[in-house]
Amino acid sequence: MPIDTRETIVDEGRLPRGRGAAAPAYKVIGTRPIRHDGADKVTGRAVYGNDLQLAGMLHGKVVRSPHAHARIKRIDTSAAEKLPGVHAVVTAADLPDLRDKMADLGEGRVNLAHLGANVLAHQKVLYRGHAVAAVAAVSPHVAEEAARLIQIEYEPLPAVTWVLDAMKPDAPLLHADVYTEDMTGHRTSDQPSNTSKHLLFEEGNIEQGFASADVVVEREFKTASVHQGYIEPHVSTALWNVDGQLTIWTSTQGAFTARQQTAELLQVPISRVKVVPCEIGGGFGGKIPVYLEPVAALLSRKSGRPVKMVMTRAEVFEGTGPTPGSFVRVKLGAQKDGRIVAAQAWLAYDAGAFPGGMIGPGCMCVFACYSVPNYRVEGFDVVLNKPKTAAYRAPGATQAAFAAEQVVDELAEKLGMDPIDLRLKNAACEGTKRVGWPAYPKIGFIETLQTAKNQPHYKTPISGKNRGRGIAAGFWFNIGLKSSASASVNPDGTVTLVEGSTDIGGTRTSVAMQLAETLGIAAEDVKPQVADTDSVGYTDVTGGSRVTFATGMAAYQCGLDIRRQMRERAATLWECEAQEVNFEDGTFRHNGESITFKQLAGRLNETGGPVQGRAAVDPEGPTNGFGVSIVDVEVDPDTGKTTVLRYTVLQDAGKAIHPSYVEGQMQGGTVQGIGWALNEEYFFDDRGRMRNASYLDYRMPTALDLPMIDTVIVEVPNPAHPYGVRGVGETPIVAPPAAVANAIYHATGVRMFELPMSPPKVWAALVKKNV
Amino acid sequence: MAIVYIPTQLRPLTGGIECVVVPGTNLRQVIAALDAAHPGLGARLCGDDGISPGLAVSIDGAFTNRGLLAKVGPDSEIHFLPAIGGG
Repeated sequence: MPIDTRETIVDEGRLPRGRGAAAPAYKVIGTRPIRHDGADKVTGRAVYGNDLQLAGMLHGKVVRSPHAHARIKRIDTSAAEKLPGVHAVVTAADLPDLRDKMADLGEGRVNLAHLGANVLAHQKVLYRGHAVAAVAAVSPHVAEEAARLIQIEYEPLPAVTWVLDAMKPDAPLLHADVYTEDMTGHRTSDQPSNTSKHLLFEEGNIEQGFASADVVVEREFKTASVHQGYIEPHVSTALWNVDGQLTIWTSTQGAFTARQQTAELLQVPISRVKVVPCEIGGGFGGKIPVYLEPVAALLSRKSGRPVKMVMTRAEVFEGTGPTPGSFVRVKLGAQKDGRIVAAQAWLAYDAGAFPGGMIGPGCMCVFACYSVPNYRVEGFDVVLNKPKTAAYRAPGATQAAFAAEQVVDELAEKLGMDPIDLRLKNAACEGTKRVGWPAYPKIGFIETLQTAKNQPHYKTPISGKNRGRGIAAGFWFNIGLKSSASASVNPDGTVTLVEGSTDIGGTRTSVAMQLAETLGIAAEDVKPQVADTDSVGYTDVTGGSRVTFATGMAAYQCGLDIRRQMRERAATLWECEAQEVNFEDGTFRHNGESITFKQLAGRLNETGGPVQGRAAVDPEGPTNGFGVSIVDVEVDPDTGKTTVLRYTVLQDAGKAIHPSYVEGQMQGGTVQGIGWALNEEYFFDDRGRMRNASYLDYRMPTALDLPMIDTVIVEVPNPAHPYGVRGVGETPIVAPPAAVANAIYHATGVRMFELPMSPPKVWAALVKKNV
Repeated sequence: MAIVYIPTQLRPLTGGIECVVVPGTNLRQVIAALDAAHPGLGARLCGDDGISPGLAVSIDGAFTNRGLLAKVGPDSEIHFLPAIGGG
């Protein structure tokens, strides 16, 4: 008999605001309808960026730096321009002067000069793979040949690729205009520095806290840069029309932010730019920054033709944002009863070639799972000669958890406590103040830990040589931000929903289900469409675990708008006041008469014409996601290879709109976390060149490497969402590296302080232990 | 009166005080009151055109995206923290 590996635990005692004492009886939410885009996806008919073909379309190719750090002395494009079939060549000289310009891109303001210099290098190249020039030609092959004809004279400079090396006073300096700033942007260094940001958070009295501790553990950890590893490389096509209108078809997590970045970089009015989001083959945070869009636009403007640009896999690795590499030192002190009384962390994250990495979230996540009365957390954002980092699922949290959750595990061992009991003893809950932040509202960490402790997996003893079990917890904020939606009622009773969120992970359906629930109709009767930037209101990125939460809230409000209008139509039919009409389960009722939503939709023409709902929301997050991982591993002492035997991931989803998609996010995030734990890393040589820029050499886990990832959804509804949604996409990646590390320790007695815990490193650690 | 939690790196401007109680019905008024009580705070929290780049503001536990015009209640708790995004 097959084992059902899915489970949902509902906290019925804690319901969304205003919903009474009983669990809501949803008709659509919590079911598992077939995804609206499923047929297109499985038949290959869904239109991705590389499927686009336009009349007269040219093909672009980027020329990238072979050096990790060098001054650009001269660029000669004449030979390339003379090659038959070449229509345009661009360099940074074609970009407007963006000095001192800042732009608010929805998730914070960015330095446009840095954004522009990352798109096309200006004066210096700062990492191998940095774009320097681009050509557009009649075919990809002519473009490649032309790219080779562009002559660039470099003056190589010393490079630095490890964060602690980049912080040294004598390190190669990347930018003459970057100084160390504090949290507010106040300059704290007299000289230019690779350390672009210094953060400090303190609460209580850290010295007294450690003095009162019975057990203190302090450890240092390193993590390598890893890539998001999306299957679809970056691809963009631009058409700069003769009327000055620029249209961009692209693979992006946010059409509106791509529009804004492109408009700002090219200094054209935002109304002149339309971005059409194509289907996306993964992003995980890596498809929020623009890379190709402005370059393709410049080439199109110069050539007068549409220009398509597609990255190779090597370009994706070398030219787009990986995660920060990091160094983290964590010190925890606890009393004999397990109460953590002091916590200290020192984190240095690399930002890649330009300032603005993930150090803020790293600092704020490192102890986010626990109530700590005395803490000191210090963080540094450091530039070095690697691609500019980009977000990757809970950006900055995984590195911090890898450190903190191992120290918690060690504390539990020293105290002789069950590791879940120690976490329960200190677990954050409603009212807990966290690093740099206000107190939590209602959260579900304790419920998630309790559910973990009662799992058959946790209760089953692990046996066998070289086998061990690890536990770890993870946190991510989950953000709100802006979403818009509109919906039109069709005469057959279906509803067409137009939204601006790129569909990642089935969000078309999870958003459509919330509209369907609100209207009392079937999920299949909502027809969701992801629209371009001219066809729907402003919508922030698909990121931050926000779409089912925020765009779902927009769909819900759209539904309320439609319900209000439909009630008026029913009142017209029944010659009564709208407030006299009741609506329940998709049916309008008044004085013994009733009409279903579908029936009423067929009578819109006689009651006033079309009905359209619309909503624009800007919910204020965060929604606070917590997860717990339980993993069993076996370590081969001869090779150092770690095999994952069994994995259970638990997470508080608030309310799982479509449980299959929640489980998919939990499994996907866990698998990416296991890859980060065991194999994935950028290998740099001593000249700062990545030596494994292909999937042959950059080892991601496959189905053959892993067991089925068991999922347990915990539901402690978010009171700030009408259906209790918290968002789920990012939290699942946070705990796995620490959980696997703890499992390796309990299997071998060797604690791993560095990611990835690849076979050579584990083997070396085992040899060292046994010497 | 709103309670403003002073970030660690700004506490030298308040003589180490961690919380300041100030009047104001929106963030602009609150920051003006903060600056009057502890000169220099306003310039650190605000740039030429609003809240300093890279800073986020939480009012009563929720991010606000409304900058200096964000409404502040009589018992609101205000935190300044690094902006976060997501993947």
